[in-house]
Amino acid sequence: MTLDVHAQTVGEGGWVGISIPRVEDAALLAGRGRFIDDLGMPPGTLHAAILRSPHAHATIESIRTDAARAMPGVAAILTGTELRALTTSLVVGVKAPVECWPMAIDRVRYVGEPVAVAVATDRYLAEDALDAIEVSYAPLPAVVAPLDALRDGAPLLHEGFPGNIASDRSFSYGDPDGAFASAPHRIGVDVDYPRNACTPIETYGVVAEYDPALDAYDVLANFQGPFSIHAVIARALRVPGNRLRLRTPPDSGGSFGVKQGIFPYIVLIAVAARLAGRPVKWIEDRMEHLAGAVSATNRVTRLQAAVAEDGRILALDWDQIEDCGAHLRAPEPATLYRMHGNMTGAYAIRNLRIRNRVVVTNKLPTGLNRGFGGPQIYFPLERLISRIAATLGLDPLAVVRRNLVPADAFPYRTATGALLDSGDYRAALDVALRDGDHESLLARRAAARVEGRLYGIGYAAVVEPSVSNMGYITTVLTAAERRRAGPKNGAQATATITLDPVGSVSVHVASVPQGQGHRTVLSQVVADVFGLRPSDIRVVTELDTAKDAWSIASGNYASRFAPAVAGAAQIAATRLRERLARIAAAQLNARADELVFSAGKVFSPGNPGNAIPFTRLAATGHWAPATLPEEVEQSLRETVFWTPPQLDAPNDADEVNSSLCHGFIFDFCGVEVDRDTGEIRLDRYVTMHDCGRILHPGMVAGQITGGFAHALGAALLEEQSYAPDGSLLTGTLADYLIPTAREVPEPVILHYETPSPFTPLGAKGVGEGNTMSTPVCIANAVADALGLADIRLPLLPSRLSEALHGAEPQPPHHEARPPQATQGERTLFGRGRASVDATPEQLWAMLLDPALLARVVPGADNVRRESDTRFRAEVTLGIGPVRGRYRAEIALSDLDPPRAVTLSGSVDGALGFGRGRGRLRLVPVGQARTELTYDYEAAVGGKIASIGGRLLDGAARVVIGQFFESLAVQASGRRPSLWRRLLRLFRRRA
Amino acid sequence: MSRQAPAVLDAGQRHPVRFTLNGRKAGGEAEPRMLLHDFLRHVLGATGTHVGCEHGICGACTVQIDGAPARACLTLAVQADGAEIRTVEGLALAPDRLSALQEAFRAHHGLQCGFCTPGILMSLDALLRERPDCGEAEIRETLSGHLCRCTGYTPIVKAALAAAEALRVPHHA
Repeated sequence: MTLDVHAQTVGEGGWVGISIPRVEDAALLAGRGRFIDDLGMPPGTLHAAILRSPHAHATIESIRTDAARAMPGVAAILTGTELRALTTSLVVGVKAPVECWPMAIDRVRYVGEPVAVAVATDRYLAEDALDAIEVSYAPLPAVVAPLDALRDGAPLLHEGFPGNIASDRSFSYGDPDGAFASAPHRIGVDVDYPRNACTPIETYGVVAEYDPALDAYDVLANFQGPFSIHAVIARALRVPGNRLRLRTPPDSGGSFGVKQGIFPYIVLIAVAARLAGRPVKWIEDRMEHLAGAVSATNRVTRLQAAVAEDGRILALDWDQIEDCGAHLRAPEPATLYRMHGNMTGAYAIRNLRIRNRVVVTNKLPTGLNRGFGGPQIYFPLERLISRIAATLGLDPLAVVRRNLVPADAFPYRTATGALLDSGDYRAALDVALRDGDHESLLARRAAARVEGRLYGIGYAAVVEPSVSNMGYITTVLTAAERRRAGPKNGAQATATITLDPVGSVSVHVASVPQGQGHRTVLSQVVADVFGLRPSDIRVVTELDTAKDAWSIASGNYASRFAPAVAGAAQIAATRLRERLARIAAAQLNARADELVFSAGKVFSPGNPGNAIPFTRLAATGHWAPATLPEEVEQSLRETVFWTPPQLDAPNDADEVNSSLCHGFIFDFCGVEVDRDTGEIRLDRYVTMHDCGRILHPGMVAGQITGGFAHALGAALLEEQSYAPDGSLLTGTLADYLIPTAREVPEPVILHYETPSPFTPLGAKGVGEGNTMSTPVCIANAVADALGLADIRLPLLPSRLSEALHGAEPQPPHHEARPPQATQGERTLFGRGRASVDATPEQLWAMLLDPALLARVVPGADNVRRESDTRFRAEVTLGIGPVRGRYRAEIALSDLDPPRAVTLSGSVDGALGFGRGRGRLRLVPVGQARTELTYDYEAAVGGKIASIGGRLLDGAARVVIGQFFESLAVQASGRRPSLWRRLLRLFRRRA
Repeated sequence: MSRQAPAVLDAGQRHPVRFTLNGRKAGGEAEPRMLLHDFLRHVLGATGTHVGCEHGICGACTVQIDGAPARACLTLAVQADGAEIRTVEGLALAPDRLSALQEAFRAHHGLQCGFCTPGILMSLDALLRERPDCGEAEIRETLSGHLCRCTGYTPIVKAALAAAEALRVPHHA
């Protein structure tokens, strides 16, 4: 549809439903966005940098900050000691004697956990100060995999979580025992769903200020909500809510849930500002984000089904082990309970058993990420459908159809309590197959298979919940615990419409958009109510908790904008219109309820010639309030708080309507797997959506293509990987791979609209569905192509190649194994030789001379000799983007003067740690020449391990090469040849 | 780079940096370690260039240096001395008139949060200038140097194709 942006002509059904250009775009396209780091700061604002743990699990023995405090420009250093003095632990979502601090106190539990904050006059100086903070760690054994966390004798993270279990609840609905006992088939899947993260391109940002006279904090942060977290922050800062003013910037660079997880940093920076006595600003960098922001949960699931001969599912038995990382941060374990009403997906299954365990491991704590619990549920459920079909020799589509909730059952109450509002799942599926040309995909598969190619088709049917019930999380508590705590429920949305003295309309909502175009859609919704053009409506979406209408449910999550917030704005506008109509009725001598608001005028349909301009009517409340009809108190402003009555608290049977609306998605796709490489080519992807009434087709399409790309990343590339020792292996965007324009094809998008009867505009959420349906749809297709029963995400070519060709043999490594290396630590091996113009005796003497070593070891200074065979040094090394300063200890052993020596050493610094051992042999060649041969093995951990093995191997070779080159130079007293110097110069330039 | 660099820069000192920014003279002082994006954003106040990763992967900070797209996060401010720098602020034809490329992004919903957009625009602007006849494959190749988490790229590709078409047939613009 083409539209004249400036003329703005309305469609027949009004503005809603038309893809008008976004009001947000002109500024963003011209570089005039107002993101948090673009805004002016108070004079004297200081900058924070955060020192983070290189260890997955360690006791902090000491933190020495004197040197850092003495550095130029440094205003304050914050450690756990000061934090504990000025704040209270963050609340934990389960009943357990456990604390959760925004920064490590005495002990670190994941790589990237904050350990200290340096505050200085600029960010460069603050980062300099981090280098001077000396932290002494005593490493503890770490636990990474959730099943390992449950084993006897596993390292314990929190004394208050015995066995590393934060919560263990069992549920039963209907008669699962009877169904399993009598069913002819029991079919199951085991799933290990990986962790990933949505990584918005703008990272976290906080600017905080503290007023000691009022004991009040003022915080600007690109936080996305839910604003229930406001209470968590205020409590941690030990102030009442009215002493925590939390504001959001006008623009935010994406969130997808992730910017909920900024709240521990809000506490941290607020305390830093208090300590420094000045405003403090912190902008997270990308490596901090990957290591220390927030992750989706990984989950181990065993799902069993009792199945009838025809494929009907009689009962489900869920056993879920949710991994929330090192701390159970609010609102976790919400990821596990967000889908509690939807544990049967799109299917009519009446009998269920569920066991939900939440475990803690030495990984980044989890929180909101697009899909929030959906991907973790639908992967097992839709793999199960596929397995049922394969096991019983049925068409997967037949199994889907047989189990779908029938159209005449809506609104349908699921066994676990959700009220599915509307839909016709079978009709949507049929339309998808027809309009998505399923037949041709079947033909392509048949043709490919005839040619011996690996082609598969996958399906997924999911229910996409939106507008979360704030009470669903209390399902983690027992009914008795809930009774004691009091009811929690609802999903309150707010909207305010204001008329100014010249009669123009402003809208304010607490939806905190992160790029979704809320301002545009609200201008359409409100323009329709008042008979105006969207360009007449000004919408403001930045939030200020000190002045604006908001509730704990405010914010940008659970796809609640279109169904809840836009609806609240429509209600507010309608109420104001009713008042304006009463004022106009008196002037036009007409009935208020018959008046028409159209084209900027208000008139009676019988007499359109006698019209009042909207602006004059809207201004009346300002200029002549005494003339208002008696029943109209004011006509200046209307604020609506809307909460849907369907969202009850969980009942005593643990049934919960966890979300207000439920969209439906049916996806299918064809994939081809390269037989040699295991690479996947997505041939066609069809995604059918019932998201209720569509308010802005262009934005709905954008939500679908965007969610699809996130899902494709989760399916094919993305995993936040940790080594078994807890080292983060995906600490840069070169290691954590995100799909680019070359990997993401255009999906075929189809719609089947059944408006929601529970929302004011009939809309349902649409932002998250593909993150739930797409990963498993692609996995089902790949399983079909390769004939696999078990399949794990991400579908890396190496994994598929292993399925096709068997495991690759281990590379013929060096015989030596790294010293004390925990299995899976990032290890380096190497060997080499060098020739030096010196005798072995001369070289031997040099190896024992600290002054000479300082000149020879790359980046070393301050080499100190502790004993004949032990040295300490400080070393500066840069690898890729990570340049850091390390404390090194070097020991000589197995001395065989002057023929051989073993050098072992360890380095430790803010960026990581490592230990290694190398054997050096000196063989005389002729009179004054020595051939050196060496082999080494090393293991590294911490940040340095997270930057990519290729870089590390290369860097190690360069550093060791430099060592021997320097040794040769020192020994022979000669400078390297001109050629060599030129070569080196060239390399540096390149 | 062809420009003459000063022989020695003192790590602890600020050095004058002068260049042309979007056709106008701009300058300030920077320590040798200051990155170009920090200089643009926090010294000159040109905040349209965004910072997404600071290790050269995401492409959000892409600017044009002497006509060629470059990562401002992998460039030191002092390296830009004497150069001609173009940023997203220089793309619009007038404060109230977007370029054909910008208009195409608006018409095709080629942006959501808009954070990665400035870098993408700078790369595409250079591509469409150098290769006016480029097709989808080339556009996707260029876009693969940028990460966008909102759009799924489909609308960006459509916007770029539409912009290429509009620039080839100017009366459509």
